[in-house]
Amino acid sequence: MAEAVTPPRIRPHLGRDEWLMGGGLLVLALYLAVTLLIPLVIMLAKSLEDRQGVFVGLSNFAQYFSNPARSGAVGNSLWVSALATLIVIALAFGYAYALTRSCIPFQGLFRLVAMAPLLAPSLLSAIALIYLFGNQGIFKGWLFGESIYGPIGIVIGSVFWTFPHALIILITALSSADARLYEASESLGATRWRTFITVTLPGARYGLISATFVVFTLVITDFGVPKVIGGQFNMLATDIYKQVVGQQNFQMGAVVSLILLLPAVLAFFVERWAQTRQSSAVSSRAVHYQPKPRPGRDWALLGLVSVVAMLILGILGMAAFASLAKLWPYNLSLTLSHYDFSNADGGSWTSYGNSIRLALYTAFFGSLIVFAGAYLVEKSRVAQPLRTATHLLALIPMAVPGMVLGLAYIFFFNAPGNPLNFLYGSMTILVLATIAHFYTVSHLTALTALKQLDPEFESVSASLKTPFYRTFWRVTTPMCLPAILDIGIYFFINAMTTVSAVVFLYSPDTTLASVAVLNMDDAGDTAPAAAMAMLIVLTAGVVRLLHTGLSHWLHRHTQAWRR
Amino acid sequence: MKLSKLAQALWCAAAVAGFTTVVQAKTELLVYTAVEADELAGFKQAIEADYPDLDIKWVRDSTGIITAKLLAEKANPQADVVWGLAATSLKFLADQGYFQPYAPKGVEQLDPKYMDSAKPPVWVGQRAWIASLCFNTVEAEKLKLPKPTTWQDLTKPEFKGHVVMPNPNSSGTGFLDVSAWLQMWGEEKGWKFMDGLHQNIAQYTHSGSKPCKMAAAGEIPVGISFAYRGAQEKTKGAPIDVIAPSEGVGWDLEAFAITKGTKNLGAAKQLADWSVTRKANELYNQGYAVVAMPGVAKPVPNFPAGIANLMIKNNFEWAAQHREAILAEWAKRYDSKSEPKK
Repeated sequence: MAEAVTPPRIRPHLGRDEWLMGGGLLVLALYLAVTLLIPLVIMLAKSLEDRQGVFVGLSNFAQYFSNPARSGAVGNSLWVSALATLIVIALAFGYAYALTRSCIPFQGLFRLVAMAPLLAPSLLSAIALIYLFGNQGIFKGWLFGESIYGPIGIVIGSVFWTFPHALIILITALSSADARLYEASESLGATRWRTFITVTLPGARYGLISATFVVFTLVITDFGVPKVIGGQFNMLATDIYKQVVGQQNFQMGAVVSLILLLPAVLAFFVERWAQTRQSSAVSSRAVHYQPKPRPGRDWALLGLVSVVAMLILGILGMAAFASLAKLWPYNLSLTLSHYDFSNADGGSWTSYGNSIRLALYTAFFGSLIVFAGAYLVEKSRVAQPLRTATHLLALIPMAVPGMVLGLAYIFFFNAPGNPLNFLYGSMTILVLATIAHFYTVSHLTALTALKQLDPEFESVSASLKTPFYRTFWRVTTPMCLPAILDIGIYFFINAMTTVSAVVFLYSPDTTLASVAVLNMDDAGDTAPAAAMAMLIVLTAGVVRLLHTGLSHWLHRHTQAWRR
Repeated sequence: MKLSKLAQALWCAAAVAGFTTVVQAKTELLVYTAVEADELAGFKQAIEADYPDLDIKWVRDSTGIITAKLLAEKANPQADVVWGLAATSLKFLADQGYFQPYAPKGVEQLDPKYMDSAKPPVWVGQRAWIASLCFNTVEAEKLKLPKPTTWQDLTKPEFKGHVVMPNPNSSGTGFLDVSAWLQMWGEEKGWKFMDGLHQNIAQYTHSGSKPCKMAAAGEIPVGISFAYRGAQEKTKGAPIDVIAPSEGVGWDLEAFAITKGTKNLGAAKQLADWSVTRKANELYNQGYAVVAMPGVAKPVPNFPAGIANLMIKNNFEWAAQHREAILAEWAKRYDSKSEPKK
């Protein structure tokens, strides 16, 4: 830390660079304010109003907590999320460790498989889980008479879909290490365990903490899994659904949303604390760590990775089967007829095209905004309060249920006097909402990548009188290209699969495939819904493969410094 | 020669086409609806055949989402017409002054119990959406369950853990059932029935069609749902019986209303006029057994026979007034038991 915090302060170009960076930060803060903060404040302020819009202070909160059914949801949400987080982090850390620090074969394949849950709309995994463990399920007996509808289903479903989120952050955290530290540790005679505890873990600490909070918040705010498979197990997120969609009680919905924001605020402070103890893993003098084969470790890790990969493929395979079986569970002969959407939703191919457009725009503009933003937050040395504020803003979206964001956008963008009203009902508003909705994980990925670069790069270029944007463009961006691509693909895939925010914002000209999946399932067309969802999975999968090819190429051409 | 003649003809046709599009600029009508997507294409075609100037643009989603969207847009409404949405939702929005009262031409031919009592009416019903049981005969045989014919049957001990119903706090269909039981039997007996039913419920779902889907897939043998969904599942081949319990069944209407302040009032009125015609009612009848115009309805395949006679005398006013209190009481009694029972 010492060398990182006090770079030489003699900077001839200080004035211009700082103005530019400050200006950039201001633009970013304004952008986040318009697409996130102001809509949310308008929405959450409703928690202090009654249904007629009259200010009533905290009485909604009092009413909420006086109902035992409601307050029980708080405890349920907490323990289920904590349990799921524990499982995900343990598995994802082992998996990421295997992919970055061991010599197991088929690393590329395992990486692809692990990302597969990202490709699927959450409904797909829920359908698969019911077919696997439901009352007619193939492996029903494995639950020892317990029901899949309830906490068990929620935990399994949540672990499945949040696993890749944790993995992305942990792979980024583990993929750069300074080989000199390991050599030093070895030559000092430390055991492997001790090296793990004193070198590996501290190096990945920032990633671990981020991943923990990301997963915890994702689980606690997700309503998709508990809605489909949670039975009547009460959680905060399903409570929002009941209030907003069941009863159109936005005021109570706002109350629950505010309660859900607490973990994000907590995450912010813990992360700040962790950051003060974080040192850059890759100093400008670092030598990239290269794992050597070690049979015992490699076999054990291969076992772990294979089991996890098999589970993921099993769930996806079941979903694929669901889209092909004629009439579950009474007629299991296979058919492709569910892929003919002409008798389900007429516009679904148009919707599919719209979804692809949305995904492309979101990926392009999203990664641009997020990476530039993260750079300014991490590397600029000006306007400290503005940086802190921007960073806090970037962490909020993760804790905001999509439904709340969607409604907040209606209230803000559709207000009669709003000059941005022309965006309402357009593709642009869907892009803005989707970028805002998935901002946090992208921001954290970018930050994790940026934190691994020694600030000396900036100091050196400053002393060489190079303006910061040139360093940004010629050093930082190429070094972080894999992370930028990861962010792009993350946006793309989420834009393909997301429902909760955009369901309130699409117009007749911008209907989406993911919404069609939900509606088909709602209409009782489970198999066509699974089929459409598989189509989304396949599309996202193809894009994912292209991305892997591109990453490989980039790695060879820009990441020589890691070798 | 021939070629040039053809070109000339094409040219003329293009000019005429261009001319007519200029003259009859179509009016785009933004219509919010909760009608199933597969029916919408047919409705659009039929409407535009009778009113060629109209260009219907649907925004379709589930009842809860559409109602929430409408309410959130209250400050600056986007929809021109709300069409095929639950009357309960329309009433809720109407009470906030969302709609423009209008008596469509020929509305007097409809059964007055299917529309708003004000003159002119704020909303007009199209067809009824009726509660029913979906009963899986294959699973019932495995479990030796008798076929239920009344609501009270469902409280018998042999049905323990074999019944699903929608949570009224998340689903309009769930509320429709609770409201019907309370209206039929009064507060005391109604709640007592639900206490008994609760003992047998395997799970409360968040959507009204889910219980019937679960029954159709054999997850749970008995689903409390609605007749349209049951008939659809049965037609698709699911081994279920669709049953209307003999004490009486709750119902709601799919109805329409014109948004106050719409820029396309004339076009909106055309759609309203079309929606009460005999032709419209015949189309409504393709999926639903009970429609607003008397004498039109023909039996719909797989609908419970005689279901129209079992529809309770539904007091929408009473249901709307007591909704919040009923939901709170329901949540207090049944929602706090969070663990699903086996």
